Amino acid sequence: MTEDTILYQGAEAKICRSEYLGLDVVQKRRISKSYRIKNIDDRLILYRTKEEAKLIAEARNHGVSVPTIYDVDLEKGIITMDYLKGKRVKDILNDLSEEERADICKKIGENIAKFHNNNIIHGDITTSNMILMDDKIHFIDFGLGEKNSELEAKGVDLHVLMEAIDSTHSKYSNCFKYVLDGYKKELKEDANLVIRKIEEIIKRGRYR
Amino acid sequence: MICLGIEGTAHSIGVGIIRDMGGKCEVISNVIKIYHPEKGGIHPREAANHHANHIADLIRESVEKAQIDFTNIDLISFSNGPGLGPCLRTAATAARALSLSLKKPIMGVNHCVAHLEIGRGTLRDCMDPVLLYTSGANTQVIAFAEGRYRVFGETLDIGIGNCLDKFGRSVGLEFPSGPKIEKLASLGKEYFELPYSIKGMDIAFSGLLTAAENFYSNGEKLEDICYSIQETTFAALTEVTERAIAHTEKDEVLLGGGVAANKRLRDMVQTMAKERGASFFVPSKDLCIDNGAMIAWLGVLMYNSGIRMKVENSFIDQRFRTDMVDVSWRD
Repeated sequence: MTEDTILYQGAEAKICRSEYLGLDVVQKRRISKSYRIKNIDDRLILYRTKEEAKLIAEARNHGVSVPTIYDVDLEKGIITMDYLKGKRVKDILNDLSEEERADICKKIGENIAKFHNNNIIHGDITTSNMILMDDKIHFIDFGLGEKNSELEAKGVDLHVLMEAIDSTHSKYSNCFKYVLDGYKKELKEDANLVIRKIEEIIKRGRYR
Repeated sequence: MICLGIEGTAHSIGVGIIRDMGGKCEVISNVIKIYHPEKGGIHPREAANHHANHIADLIRESVEKAQIDFTNIDLISFSNGPGLGPCLRTAATAARALSLSLKKPIMGVNHCVAHLEIGRGTLRDCMDPVLLYTSGANTQVIAFAEGRYRVFGETLDIGIGNCLDKFGRSVGLEFPSGPKIEKLASLGKEYFELPYSIKGMDIAFSGLLTAAENFYSNGEKLEDICYSIQETTFAALTEVTERAIAHTEKDEVLLGGGVAANKRLRDMVQTMAKERGASFFVPSKDLCIDNGAMIAWLGVLMYNSGIRMKVENSFIDQRFRTDMVDVSWRD
């Protein structure tokens, strides 16, 4: 535990490379934030750690590529998972050919549909939270996720990705269309209902 | 170059005069009149009438305070959106009249972008910040990426200031309620659990507002509710800001907007910045709230980058989004 390297310092957690029972792992260690009162801090760390572990396990059962969880420490807010030796989609998406980009985006959409089919809401679908490994999109960071069957929740979930694409991959805004193509293909309920919801959410925003 | 800027997007009408000091902004005068509704929130037409009544005096006052002559002014700038239509049109009309009578060019600028640029223009070492912009109508986390100011996170329903005002109104506090809530919150001790709603880098307040109103109608102490509202909403704002910093990999945070006057919010964001090793910036209060100086400064930046506007094309746009502006003055 002492010589672990920090791979990434996110907003709410440190992602550290570590060893667990001889395995190459990462630990997501949620950090206590002194800017917020203890009550809120405890509640967020406990709730998110628990929820994230549950959602990752459940997503795996439904065929979504996610890290394998080895250990969950609710007291310290630590999740130990296997280390994914892949590339963040955020870092590669802009450099791909149009065809490759379309292909990856469709896969992203299909995977989102797989967890939405089971009412799993990711909560922070951005390209930073997807890792491309072995030709598969792996989803990480379900820390803002929840179980929710409502169209609204699914719409908001996709709306987050739409905004992430607009801001981080602004030259390739058609990416979101490809995502929706994949989503439509895989979603069991009528995807148009979710898409209509997204449009509604956009209009609800300021100055739309 | 000396520029006079007119701000009038919502409840404030302001006139500011600034001097371009080779890329940095020197504010030489900045005067403002704020409309206070007798009851309820802002009535757009009444606010516009208020602005129309005060604008001529404010322009005169700003020039006197700046100790310049009208002939020294090189550019007239005004906020052409986003905002309330009648208010925007009042400020635009004044700007057009000035531009035509002084025979000086006119420039319409985006209000939200001006909040960010005034930080960069007046604060030393503030170069490439993530802006947490919190006001009555607006709650956005903005940063520069790929040629524009992108909105990384924003409210999905109401602005934080609006949330505070709405709560204030339902418990009988005057508009604007933010400062009163801040005072009450400082006396609060017990925390009531309120919804904490973050979606990615976006945020929502309406559920929290309803829950807070329920606590009040159940007879809980107003001080405690105000404390709980501030702690919850500001923690969420700080978190989305930190998420945007992590996402964009920047290391500066800037505050802007009227709610940035709140000490608790400043403290929280400053603590977050410190823990991340990021620099923290907040403009002086008169440059945080809606003001003419920031409008003037953005006008200069745009003018210097080669942008020109004709009076006949100086339209207003009530829904002028931050990310619609082509930021030609930055690389």
